[in-house]
Amino acid sequence: MSDKNFPLLFERSKEGRTSYSLPELEVESFDLEAELGDVYIRKEPPKLPEVSELDIIRHYTGLASRNYGVDSGFYPLGSCTMKYNPKINEDIARLEGFSHIHPYQGPGTVQGALEMLYDLQESLKEITGMHEVSLQSAAGAQGEWTALMMIRAFHEANGDHHRTKVIVPDSAHGTNPASAAVAGFEAVTVKSNEQGLVDLEDLRRVVGEDTAALMLTNPNTLGLFEKNILEMASIVHEAGGKLYYDGANLNAIMGYVRPGDMGFDAVHLNLHKTFTGPHGGGGPGSGPVGVSEELAAYLPKPLIIKDNDTFSFDDDRPESIGRVKPFYGNFGINLRAYTYIRTMGAEGLKKVSEYAVLNANYMMRRLEKAFQMPYPQHCKHEFVLSGSIQKKLGVRTLDMAKRLLDFDFHPPTIYFPLNVEEGMMIEPTETESKETLDSFIDTMIHIAKEVEENPEIVQEAPHNTIVKRMDEATAARKPVLRYEEE
Amino acid sequence: MEFRYLPMTSEDKQEMMKAIGIKDTDELFADIPAGVRLQKELDLKQPMNEYALTKELTAMANKNISTKEVVSFLGAGVYDHYIPSIVDHVISKPEFYTAYTPYQPEISQGELQAIFEFQTMISELTGLPVANSSMYDGGTALAEAVNLSAAQTKKKKVLVSDAVHPEYQQVIQTYAKGQEIEIIPIRLNNGKTDLTHLEEQLHDDIAGVVVQYPNFFGQIEQMDAIQKLLENQKKTMLIVSSNPLALGYLTPPGEFGADIVTGDTQVFGIPAQFGGPHCGYFATTKKLMRKVPGRLVGQTQDENGVRGYVLTLQAREQHIRRDKATSNICSNQALNALASSVAMSSIGKHGIRKMAEMNMQKARYAKKKFAENGITVVYEGSFFNEFVIQLNQDITKLNAALLEKGILGGFDLGKINPAYQGQMLVAVTEIRTKQEIDQLVKELGDMHV
Repeated sequence: MSDKNFPLLFERSKEGRTSYSLPELEVESFDLEAELGDVYIRKEPPKLPEVSELDIIRHYTGLASRNYGVDSGFYPLGSCTMKYNPKINEDIARLEGFSHIHPYQGPGTVQGALEMLYDLQESLKEITGMHEVSLQSAAGAQGEWTALMMIRAFHEANGDHHRTKVIVPDSAHGTNPASAAVAGFEAVTVKSNEQGLVDLEDLRRVVGEDTAALMLTNPNTLGLFEKNILEMASIVHEAGGKLYYDGANLNAIMGYVRPGDMGFDAVHLNLHKTFTGPHGGGGPGSGPVGVSEELAAYLPKPLIIKDNDTFSFDDDRPESIGRVKPFYGNFGINLRAYTYIRTMGAEGLKKVSEYAVLNANYMMRRLEKAFQMPYPQHCKHEFVLSGSIQKKLGVRTLDMAKRLLDFDFHPPTIYFPLNVEEGMMIEPTETESKETLDSFIDTMIHIAKEVEENPEIVQEAPHNTIVKRMDEATAARKPVLRYEEE
Repeated sequence: MEFRYLPMTSEDKQEMMKAIGIKDTDELFADIPAGVRLQKELDLKQPMNEYALTKELTAMANKNISTKEVVSFLGAGVYDHYIPSIVDHVISKPEFYTAYTPYQPEISQGELQAIFEFQTMISELTGLPVANSSMYDGGTALAEAVNLSAAQTKKKKVLVSDAVHPEYQQVIQTYAKGQEIEIIPIRLNNGKTDLTHLEEQLHDDIAGVVVQYPNFFGQIEQMDAIQKLLENQKKTMLIVSSNPLALGYLTPPGEFGADIVTGDTQVFGIPAQFGGPHCGYFATTKKLMRKVPGRLVGQTQDENGVRGYVLTLQAREQHIRRDKATSNICSNQALNALASSVAMSSIGKHGIRKMAEMNMQKARYAKKKFAENGITVVYEGSFFNEFVIQLNQDITKLNAALLEKGILGGFDLGKINPAYQGQMLVAVTEIRTKQEIDQLVKELGDMHV
């Protein structure tokens, strides 16, 4: 083992060292051993670390320094919307009146929380143009599945039991077909055309009496607006299917166009993307679902309702698909999103989309001199370039991504969507300055030059990171998923 | 109006539009069909400055009664525990909370190692060798376990104890519908899963048996007897939902032959925050390692032999397998898993036993006091930190009266089943003092005449 190994907390552990501060027992002691007997008392304590408080702080401070967030630098990870996470959101989420309330307190004791949730439901209805919104789903993928379960319930209520297929574009995120499968549907792929948009002919071919829904991201994962959306909506609707909007890319269109107005019947939003809930290293997120009037009866229950100036839970929804999550969703993330919406208002949110799109187009135009652009039309909030020119010189997109690490940038999303060769998907977001964009663009052009003049430096990247490329093959072949004492 | 999250100056904007070759940013939206383009401004509240918004939202927060202002005996799946001060300091580090999923291991070693340590701690507590990086919450983790049991055994019926958290049961129902799994409830006998009924229902076509340990009513299920029943039904999986704090003292479900153990680590360092975000965990056997939903972190080396961590076995996941994935989960609860890791590290190997034991001791003291004051304790069995009392009045009314005295009373069981009218589920954690317990008993005793 290398001496460069950063110790695990377990390796810092020393028998007898403690860091806890528990209250006094105060009460008489009951004989638990007599009560429970041998069978129910664990024989060995769980091997949690035995460390001091300072050990823990140094450990996690060390780990933090080995991690990269939006606050560290530019993070143009396409489809993930890595925008700035406002600090006021964190402060509001930590107010005791929000952070220390129990989900089973009487509604009379949580009117502020219910008011916030209600107001957020209303705001999201307005932003998406949908009839009703539920805040219960925990993340985007759960929102997708929730909406598909509602569409399923709708078809079943109409006696349409043969609608077993959900159509998903070939450029879609993997959660779309996965959510369709978990909801009990068969996922069917519709092809993209040369312009990067859903091929209408192919859509007509796959749509039929067995179509339950079409799942669509608009703008799509190539960052392109599906300009034929109205025609697509009528193709699907005429066949009796429903149109589902994956809100992963809502950041591009707020205040310009609404899914409800485009003909979508159900949407999910990623509050941790568009609405600045921090990504937290992978979560928690929040994935509210909005639906048309026709589907509203199937929303998960309860919803928050307002009667005069009193807020309460509406559990009386007999056609509801039921509960998708205990309690009322990821309240803390919803609260952060609410704080953001209140900060920005309608004017601010429209500017968010304007600048998200302006920034992406600016980067695309400056980068098209050095990289192949498979879809040269204006993009929305993100675009996908191809590393095909560089691949001919023996350098892969993965190498260029790793080379970016040497310049302290987080790389874009790579090899996604699947239909672009050596794809690199760049989403700058609206919170980045022109100087940051220019600096990244200049670095990308520099790397493209290195590929021509000195490809090894790119192929062998990264050079400056604390660890080099990891042996992922061995990790998967001989999985080590927990620490074992040597 | 100026917006502090939008850095472009008008000069920047002009230069950028020139580089793109447009005169107005509207040109970038020209592909949106004119007929559906929004012709009005969104009808939202006016944007607010930081000071005014903080003031307004603080006032909104103050309309809620926080458990910091009252003495809480409310549990039922969400508990009021000691949260070490360091937890929030660690999860407030922006390198953690503003990072995405660690897909670039070279600059994500901090997060990856923290998750690897979380997996190890969950594995230790549950007594199973494999734990994932987290699920949304205890309820959805359990529902995913049910789905996994059906997929793995290729059977479509699952037995679920009625002593499983009622909202977890509801989530299981919703998930099961998607996979057309039939959920068969197993009755209770004296607050625990009725083993006779379980035995009657246990046939070759059962994919899994779901119990909660300790169960929703606080009772410790007869895990050894359940294990014996399942010995005759080898293919049926045993799925256990556990409060991980209880496992600091109780024999881990892995030792009772559990195939999957799930639960919520809210008890470790995560505030109640009105029910979420909390943090689900999912632990299982080596055999099911390649079927686990969600992300797994594995240890490996870089090309210089330096130890490091990566997301691994990704062939299970939706971004690779799409419709063939074991689950659709993508985002998880990483930051809350980190919070729980910090709390578990702080409590430590011996502290966790002490803390679990203290919950049990104080709850037993409360139970004894109730009995001494003439209030019936409904179930006599062994329990963790919750127990049920029978009162002769409406619980909502009693809780309103308790609140007047600064006490947040227990969960009204009548809300889940009319048969439980007048029953209150009382949670007593380590932070309740003798005086607080005595006061609760006295107040309820005074009202219970």
